[in-house]
Order: sequence, then C-alpha cells, then structure tokens
Amino acid sequence: MSELFEIDNLQIQARKEDGTPIPIVKGVSFNVKAGQVVALIGESGSGKSTISMATMAYCRPGLEFPGGEVRLHGKDVLGMDPQDQRGLRGNNVAYLAQSAAATFNPAITIGEQVTEAAVLHGTLTQEEADKRAVALYHALELPDPDRLGRRYPHQVSGGQLQRLMAAMALVSGPDLLVLDEPTTALDVTTQIEVLKAFKKVIQEEGSAAIYVTHDLAVVAQVADHIVVLYSGEIQEQGPTEQIINNPSHAYTKRLMAAVKPTPTAGMGDMVDDKHDRDVPNIEVKNITAGYGGIVNGKPAITVLRDIDVKIRNSHVVGVIGESGCGKSTLARVMAGLLPAAKGEVILDGKKLEADLKHRSKDELQKVQFVYQMADTALNPRQLIGDILGRPIEFYRGLKGKQRREEVASLLRMVELPVEFESRYPSELSGGQKQRVNLARALAARPEIMLCDEVTSALDSIVSSNVIKLLQKLRDQTGVSFVFISHDLSTVGSFADEIVVLYAGRVVEQGPVDEVLAPPYHPYTRLLISSVPELRVGWLEDTMQKREMAVGIARGVEITDQGCPFYNRCPIVIDGVCDVEVPATMEPHKDHFISCHRSMEDIQEAEAAPQQILHGFEKAAPDEKKAV
Amino acid sequence: MQRMVFQRILIGIVTLWVVSVLVFLMTNALPGDVAQIVLGQSATPESLAAYRAERGLDQPLLFQYFGWLGDMLTGNLGTSKAGGATISSLIAGRLGNTMFLAALVAVISVPLSVALGLLAAMYPGTWIDRALTFGTLALISVPDFFIATFAVLFLAVNLGWLPAIANVAPENTFWEMARGIAMPLIVLVIVVAAQMIRMTRAGILNVMNSPYIEMAILKGVRRKRIILRHAFFNTIGPIVNVIALNLAYLVSGVVIVETIFSYPGLAKLMIDGVQTRDLPLVQACAMIFCGTYVVLIILADVAAILANPRLRNPK
Repeated sequence: MSELFEIDNLQIQARKEDGTPIPIVKGVSFNVKAGQVVALIGESGSGKSTISMATMAYCRPGLEFPGGEVRLHGKDVLGMDPQDQRGLRGNNVAYLAQSAAATFNPAITIGEQVTEAAVLHGTLTQEEADKRAVALYHALELPDPDRLGRRYPHQVSGGQLQRLMAAMALVSGPDLLVLDEPTTALDVTTQIEVLKAFKKVIQEEGSAAIYVTHDLAVVAQVADHIVVLYSGEIQEQGPTEQIINNPSHAYTKRLMAAVKPTPTAGMGDMVDDKHDRDVPNIEVKNITAGYGGIVNGKPAITVLRDIDVKIRNSHVVGVIGESGCGKSTLARVMAGLLPAAKGEVILDGKKLEADLKHRSKDELQKVQFVYQMADTALNPRQLIGDILGRPIEFYRGLKGKQRREEVASLLRMVELPVEFESRYPSELSGGQKQRVNLARALAARPEIMLCDEVTSALDSIVSSNVIKLLQKLRDQTGVSFVFISHDLSTVGSFADEIVVLYAGRVVEQGPVDEVLAPPYHPYTRLLISSVPELRVGWLEDTMQKREMAVGIARGVEITDQGCPFYNRCPIVIDGVCDVEVPATMEPHKDHFISCHRSMEDIQEAEAAPQQILHGFEKAAPDEKKAV
Repeated sequence: MQRMVFQRILIGIVTLWVVSVLVFLMTNALPGDVAQIVLGQSATPESLAAYRAERGLDQPLLFQYFGWLGDMLTGNLGTSKAGGATISSLIAGRLGNTMFLAALVAVISVPLSVALGLLAAMYPGTWIDRALTFGTLALISVPDFFIATFAVLFLAVNLGWLPAIANVAPENTFWEMARGIAMPLIVLVIVVAAQMIRMTRAGILNVMNSPYIEMAILKGVRRKRIILRHAFFNTIGPIVNVIALNLAYLVSGVVIVETIFSYPGLAKLMIDGVQTRDLPLVQACAMIFCGTYVVLIILADVAAILANPRLRNPK
C-alpha cells in the first residue's frame, strides 16, 4: 500500500529573460501518511510555499515543473491533464493561505465562498454543503454559526476569517490539507485561538496536512514530522520530537537560535542614562484621539484615552498590545497624521501643533515614520537612490554630488551595497526593502523614529537581523525609537521601556525588566503566556489554564467606562471593574500598573496554582469567573 | 450608504450650478450683439435699444443671470433670438432624435463591449485577445470623423448599401428609420465600444492578480466562473464609470458624427445656434449636455457604491 501523498525528487524552476533556467526547488522528496501533519520549515525564499502549491499541481505564473513527481494515492498529479488537476484542487487537496483577509473575495458572501469548492466538484449539493459549513463553524468555535454564511468578509474579524478559511478548505472533506503560514500575520492571542481550532479540526476530520511556516515554536505544537528547507533543498527531516530536541543540521540549529525567547526580565538592554538630558525627547500628555468629527473634545470613535508617554533621548520605547488597541493611532498622533482631540505632543520641551500641516519643516524633520509594509511604502517606480535622495534634499538641502555621497553613506549605514542606489524596490528582498525603508527615515536625520510593526512581516532570521541593525543605528546616531509591535519577544529584546496598551488605554508602563517581571498587569500576563514556547505539548498545557481560556475567547473591545479588560480578566471584580476606571499604582519607580486589585492581590493570583480545565468549552463567556 | 448617495447628488447639483455660471458668462463673452444680428445693419440706435429693453439685455449681468437661471429652472427656455420659435419646441424634436440614437447605440454597445472585454480577459494572449486589443487600440487612435468619412466612402459610395445622409422624419416607417440611422449607429458603436472593451479587459486582468483569484484557482474553480463570478463583481466600479462617460459622449460629443451624416440631433442644433449667435439656444443646449454628464456620472457612482459590499453592508 502506497503512502497517501508522496513528493518524489520535485523540481521547480523559473527562467531568465534569455531562457536559461533558474532552479527554485532542487529535487525535494518527502511523504505524508494519512492523518499525519508534516511541517515544511524554512525562511522566506526557501521554496516552501512553492512546494506547498505544487501539491495541487499548481505553480505561480513564470514557474514550471521540469521534473519529479507528486503522487496522491500513488497517482502522479503533475502529469494529469488540466481538467483532472482542477478536479483535485479544493476537493482532494485543499489550501489555506497566509492572509485570509486577502484570500476572501470581498464581493461574495462567506457562505458561498466556503461551500463553492464542494458544490462545484459535485461532492455535495448546495444544501448539504451549507449544513456541513455550519457544522464546521460550530467546530471552529465561530460566533453566530447559523447566520455567518450570509455575511461578507469585511464584516468579521481577521482571526475569524482565518478560521473560516479552514472551514472553506475542509468543507469537501479533502484527503490532504495544505496550510501556508496560516497564523504568521496574527496577534499572539489570536494565533493560539486559531492554532487550537486547526489542531482540533484536523484531528476530528482525520485528514493529513502539510503545514508551512518559519516559526519552529508553532511547528512544535502542530506537526508530527518536520522537513527543514533551505534554498529549495531539504536540509534535514524527521519526527518533531527529534528535530526540536536534537537537531543535527547546522541550519536547523540556526533556525532554533532565531526562535524568539519567551519574554522575561533581563532579556533586553538595560536602561542606561548615558544620553539622558533633562527634557524628554518627545512626550505625549493626556492624549485623547480617535476618528470622526470632534465634538466637545471627544471624537466620534475614541481610540486613545488619556495617554501619557515619555520617550527619553536615545531610548527605545516599545508599544505593545493586540491589533485594535490603538498602537498605530498613538504613532499617528505623534507624527501629526492624526490630530489629537485633546492633550499635547511635546518635542524637546516645546509644544507641537496637533496637525502636521501646521508644524514647521524643522519639527517635521525630527519626527520620522517607518511603515510596516516596505512593499507599499516605497514607490515601485523610483530608484532607491531617489527614494533616499528626496528627503536628503528636502530636509537638508543637499544636492548633486553631496546628495549622492549621503545616499551612499545611508546605504552603508543600513548594511546594503552602495550599488543598490540604481535599483528599483522590486529587485530587493523583503529584508532589504525594510532596510531601505529605515534608511529613508534616517535620511532626514531625525531625533525620533516611529517604527510601526517594522519586523512583523519578516521571518525570524531576517527580523532578528533588522533588530540588530536598529540597535546599531541607535548607538551610532543617538536617535530614539517608538517601536510598535504585537510581538512581545522582539520588543523585550530591544526596548528600554515598554508601554502596554489595551483598548486605547495604558494598562502598564515601565522599564523592560519591571514590566516583564512579576507582578504583571493581568493583560501583560496574558500576552506573555500566549507567546508559543519551543516545546511539544505547550499549546495543550496553556489552553488548560482557565485564565487563558477566558482571555483567548474574547477580543478587544473599546469601552467608555470601567477597565476595558474586565471581560477577559481572570481576577475581575464584578460591579467594580466594569464600572469604575482603575487607579494607577506605582510598585516601583517609573513602573505603573492600572488595576482595581492591589499589588498583593495580583501577586497572590499569579502565585496560585492554575485551575486546570477539562476542555476549553467550559469557559463559557458568562460563567462566574473565579480568582 | 444613503448618506454617500445623497452626497453624490448634492455634489452633482453644485456642479450644475457652477456650470450654469460658466455657460452664462462664456456665452456672454462671445463676440457679436444679438440685437444687431436680428435687426440687421440698418437698425436705428432707438430700435436697437428698444429691442434690448424688451429682451432685458440692458440689465446688469447679474440680473440677467438670475432671470435666466429662474427661467431655466421653471422649464421656460425662452424664445430663439434668431427665429422667434420657442427654444423648447426647437430642442424637443432634436433631443428626441439624439436620445433615440444614443439609446440604440447604448443598447448595442454596452453588452457587446462588456462581453468582448470579458472574452479577451478570459483568453489573454490568444489570437482573440490580440485581435481585440489591437483592433480597439487602432479604433481609439483614429478620430471619429475619419471613421465616419470612411464609412460613408465604403458603405454608401462604394457599396451603395446605406444612404450617406441620415435623414429621419416622424412620418418614416421603422424600417426607413433604421436604415436612415444605420450609418451613424455603426460609427458610434465602433467609437464607444473600443474604450469600454479595453477598460473591461484591463479591469478584469488587474483583479486577476489578487490573492483571492489564486485561491479560487486552488479551489478548482473553472476559469469562466472565476472571471464571471469572482473577478467581474470587483471590477464593476471602474467599468460603469467608463460606460457613463461614453454614454455622455453619445449625447453631447457627437457633433462631428451628426454633422457628417447631417443627422438632426441636438449637437447639430447647438452648432447652428452658435453660427446664428442665438445665445439662449446655445445656453439651453449647453445646460442639457452638462446635465446629462452630471446625471450619468452620479448614476455611475451610485452603481459603484451599490456594487461594493463594504458600502452596501456596513459592519
């Protein structure tokens, strides 16, 4: 009896303009048994996505299959005629893409998209498919399963869409599921929720899966077997336990080293006072901001409430929180892109205009913004030299030879070859583009760089290199950073101070070593314990903790009164937390926690053994929450 | 969503008002004096003054404007300063002719070009696609009067199939009408279809690069269904806008085609009005043309809003 699925010496190549082939995948072989989850792991460019699509005999335009076989139930799918290949896709083999938000068609209802494959392939009638979809929504713990199908993709959240994609893949009962980085773009808390749902459904359905990712910690939770890829070749493969606990190949060890450590005190830089001046570099005081028209100092939709943050010279302040907590809004207020409804932004002791239109060129120069997506932030029709040269000329008036020299020195500073000035962004890799993106902000010689999720779209090795670069830039130029990220490990390793934002309010704030050490604000604790550990069985252990169950099950909601975290908090005081705004305590100097519980209560709750739940379902939303 | 539609209509009204000011000022800036033209070279200064007083031409410009705007709004388009007939009666017949031709062209060209655009997008790079892209590019580059002249030469002079002049009269039978307008119809369909075909094709192919199309391919959806169900609905916005612009062109921009075929349409009436310095007539025609543009663009915007599920179904 043959294996369920075999890839045998698979080769995939692109072609240069003159027709010479460029190999992308160079003879890869591995098998997937029924019911087994195989992980393909490697950094971007290793060919893992390309291989995963080859399971459906599909390759992106410009690629071709020169050799090798992909066999499903012993039959080669690459050699099939296109009609039969189409019959496989979405039927025998189903695919889950990285970004559900981009993968769902905005103009078609969720229900139609989920059931489409099964109905088109004739596996199920529309009615049967609808029933099965609703059953899957239930299994994936999606809200309002009976009416979900009639909604459009923009009406549900990102984490829900990601799970809906799983429903879409599973509806026709495929033999093999292909998951391509399905949790990479998600918050840690959402990632757990999605991972848990995937794992449960894969087990219940008994289908085999190929799981593509660069994150070893995630792989450790879901996979039975790991295939390590580098540059289109297999470096090492074996059972998960063996690869995680006992890697033999040097590249696997490098990947292990790039796994983000669990955020703990002492992991980052210590606050050092060597650049300190009396006045903070930039400071926001009592900021309230949001979107929509402003009436009586209150915007129609309030996002940030009464925010006070100080960034000292040459310091890195990390801003963390899940999406929807107002992290980017805070940066936009500082940059003047979004004028605050109330409060002040102070630069070097001088009050800044709220709106960037009224700020002077000098003030604009000092505060620079670096966007998450270098792909969209860099003009694809401009040469790198022009992208960097423009701010040099605009802010510093350098022209001609001086401007060119400055561009060259910026490129050297971000560790890129000087020849890159005559290239277009599309000729660069993701990490290189992000370096250009940073250099563009540096070109203005700013005092503060606002970095909005600059490493979130990069894989772990590239992202740790970017962080090293940022540290070097800070030491060389003395620039301060506001480093926004939902990734607590990265923030912990790089920042001097951390601001934890929840639903538009600062819940905890202080030096890294204080914030990442007990006592924690309950939200900080939820974030820290949601970071996956490189350990088999971590997901199950974590999900059994009651406080995780409650915290994960709910999402961010901005509230007008009380503490916004009350509906996810394991130590909530009913009748207090949902009504009154919590007071701010200062357990140590410059370390602030906003909570109704006393520091002693918090410490006691942290020390108490976690109540173990049998199955997650018991944490029903309206159940009484025990301390 | 209702607010957005309302906003579009409001902007349309403001646009029309601005246009009315421009039309009024520009027609007044035209050289020549109506009184002089109407009464001829031999008119005495007294009779000129009396004529001006009778028509309100001696009033300040601002008064004249509001008087004119009021008349326009109440549907009183005035009397032709050249002929003495009411402008409404002059326009009525011509507007009917223009609308008849425009409607026929629209009914034929819109489905035809959307279908051909979809066809080209469905088989990109094949001979069908190449023929369509090349053909439409050629037709867009050639001016409409050239196509019209060529059609006359070929279909009327050489082959003798159709009359060179589009003569229509109310007493014509339907068949005579159809034969009469066949030539301008063919030319106009060719001119407007070229743009719409290209836009439909480009719009669809642009969407075809999106991740959700790749997902549809990976679900095993047929190419035909991908284009008709997955891509087309996301392209409606840009397509209806091009359609609206082309339809507006049919009402106002067809002067040359109407002139070549001597088709008694509105645009030709306006040209005659300019030649006889018949300002009220020119103003009325200009307002009708602008009104058509504004209404069609509003319709296109509303259609685009309705086609967008984000706006149709807020969170």
